Amino acid sequence: MPWDEGLINRLVYEAPNPAEGRVLSYPKAVNEALAIALAHDPSVFVLGQGVDDPSAMFGTTRGLQEKFGPQRVFDTPLSEEGMMGVSTGAAMNGMRPVYLHNRPDFILLAMNQLVTHAAKMHFMDHGQTSVPMVVWAAIGRGWGSGAQHSQAIQGMLLGVPGLKIVMPSTPFDAKGLMLSAIEDNNPVLIFEHRWLMRKDGIVPEGFYTVPLGKGVHRRRGNDLTIAGASHTLELALQAANKLAAEGIEADVIDLRTVKPLDETILEESVRKTGRLLAVDTAWAIGGVCAELGCLAAEKWFRHLRAPVRRIGLPDVPAPAGYTLEQFYYPDVERISGVIRDMCGK
Amino acid sequence: MPIRYPYAGTGFRDWTKRVGQYDREFLLRLYRSMLRIRIIEEEIEKRYHEDQMKTPIHLVIGQEATSVGCCAALTDADLLYSSHRTHGNYLAKGGDLKAMLSEMFCRANGCAGSRGGSMHLIDKKVGMAGTSAVVGGAIPIATGAALATKMQKLDRVCVVFLGEAGAEEGVTSESLNFAALKQLPVIYFCENNFYSVQSPLATRQHPGRVVWKWAATYGMPAVLVDGTNVLAVYEAAKEAVKRAREGGGPTFIEAPVYRFRAHGGAGDDSKSGYRDVAEREAWERICPIRTYHEFLERAGLLNAQVRKQMEQEILDETLAAFTHAMNSPNPVEADLYRNVYAS
Repeated sequence: MPWDEGLINRLVYEAPNPAEGRVLSYPKAVNEALAIALAHDPSVFVLGQGVDDPSAMFGTTRGLQEKFGPQRVFDTPLSEEGMMGVSTGAAMNGMRPVYLHNRPDFILLAMNQLVTHAAKMHFMDHGQTSVPMVVWAAIGRGWGSGAQHSQAIQGMLLGVPGLKIVMPSTPFDAKGLMLSAIEDNNPVLIFEHRWLMRKDGIVPEGFYTVPLGKGVHRRRGNDLTIAGASHTLELALQAANKLAAEGIEADVIDLRTVKPLDETILEESVRKTGRLLAVDTAWAIGGVCAELGCLAAEKWFRHLRAPVRRIGLPDVPAPAGYTLEQFYYPDVERISGVIRDMCGK
Repeated sequence: MPIRYPYAGTGFRDWTKRVGQYDREFLLRLYRSMLRIRIIEEEIEKRYHEDQMKTPIHLVIGQEATSVGCCAALTDADLLYSSHRTHGNYLAKGGDLKAMLSEMFCRANGCAGSRGGSMHLIDKKVGMAGTSAVVGGAIPIATGAALATKMQKLDRVCVVFLGEAGAEEGVTSESLNFAALKQLPVIYFCENNFYSVQSPLATRQHPGRVVWKWAATYGMPAVLVDGTNVLAVYEAAKEAVKRAREGGGPTFIEAPVYRFRAHGGAGDDSKSGYRDVAEREAWERICPIRTYHEFLERAGLLNAQVRKQMEQEILDETLAAFTHAMNSPNPVEADLYRNVYAS
């Protein structure tokens, strides 16, 4: 068994209750979204390095080429900037590309086309051109992925006008947000997390969308607000559920989309709890955590009863070895400690 | 300093016997189109110091034959992408002059609503599809437009203009490889003007690297054509367009040309020492408009009177467009926030 599969297989998530609906794995939810979009709209096509190989991008693209043909689902040269530009040019001319990457690290090769071209084209052309494009990647963590295979880059892109950034945390959202992203007329980045790929969830059949820019409550409570997305939000939710036994009731908000941010749901919660813990899969400084903290300081300061806290990565590249990783990444215990501290318990 | 990059072409020397294959109206249309670009550029240059056009300009004076010859082989449905040196491409493709000048005067009715400026001219009605102010930036985008064309089974060819410096960008290699791999209907038109800003080619590329031959290694037909000869450019473009329309895939065209002015702004800056004034003067003697004019005169198709009339018409049109632009409204604050996201 490959090393990363061994790790992922050991992850345990709360199993969904089949009585509530159809249970589907995370990759199959993404796969279903892609298949629906390809069937529904002839302008959609899927590309990326290895989308037609046996591992099928964690299984998310399995069977798509067989079903929709090599013209619409195809492997690419190792040319990230070129292919980002090709996707942009195709999107500017009536197509809806979905460009998949194994890891966000590889998107950094394509920043010129993504940031300086795709994100700005609609503005620079005064609305005459739009770039309906989805760029997808799965953030890595652990088992030696290290500094160059586990970067979470949403913070770097948060300040780029013209982009939208989606970070799902459940199979339901992964499908619904993917379908929303494909329908959207802007460049939309979807950052999945490798460790969520083993999560099962209730996923309705057929077409549905989860709106971009809208957060959702995963848990309700009055003692503090925990806000974030993706895998770190999942960890924070696990911590919050445990701490209920200690009498701490957290309001847990899954942002789903980190750009644009759902300020309404955040404001309502922070006004109620007076405490904000911002969590993210990336570095704490200059990113989603920092932006949430700034929002609170700028707009809801008078409602705060405690300092804003952040759970993200330290200002250090990801180490490769497993011992160092334990110090590097947040876990349920560490998040619980911060929550207790914030609530004075 | 010796002339580093001498003209190596033969101009119209062997073209007299071929003139009969074109009709006069077509030949004069090419002439008028080049002359029009020159007159508009000279008017922009003349007024640039007034500082009312608050936009960087990259004049195309001396390089008119490439835009005009290439665009003569295209229809309005064909897409043209380009770089920072856009004026010639835009005008040759049929872009609206008033909208261009309004854009340069930063007015609300500019072709990009004052968000683009001189480096980002667009007129989708005539297939002037977009530009990039980053060298090489438009190359994969045009390649993607060609992918869309092929997927949608459209009768359309995509062309992208680049300079020889564009051929140094990694993304150009990536784009050529992909276009050849997928046999896309795209033409890479490389104007080799020997200088990137003030950096000569010799400091940037090994002398053994010949741009068009390098391009051919990606698996596409590549040709060298005299960039001062509008008919030679037209013929090369026509063949490439035919190939693309028939499903024969991409073509790379390299055309040596010379810009008579500085990289940016008004006037020439050769005296600063990065290139020899004599080099510019030598190229000015084979000015693409003058050599074509002389060719047409020898063939009895153009005379001083016709030329004078053309000049007057173009100047009248140009001055009217300047007046229109300068009398156009400025954008308002609310305009800034429009079209950041598409609905």
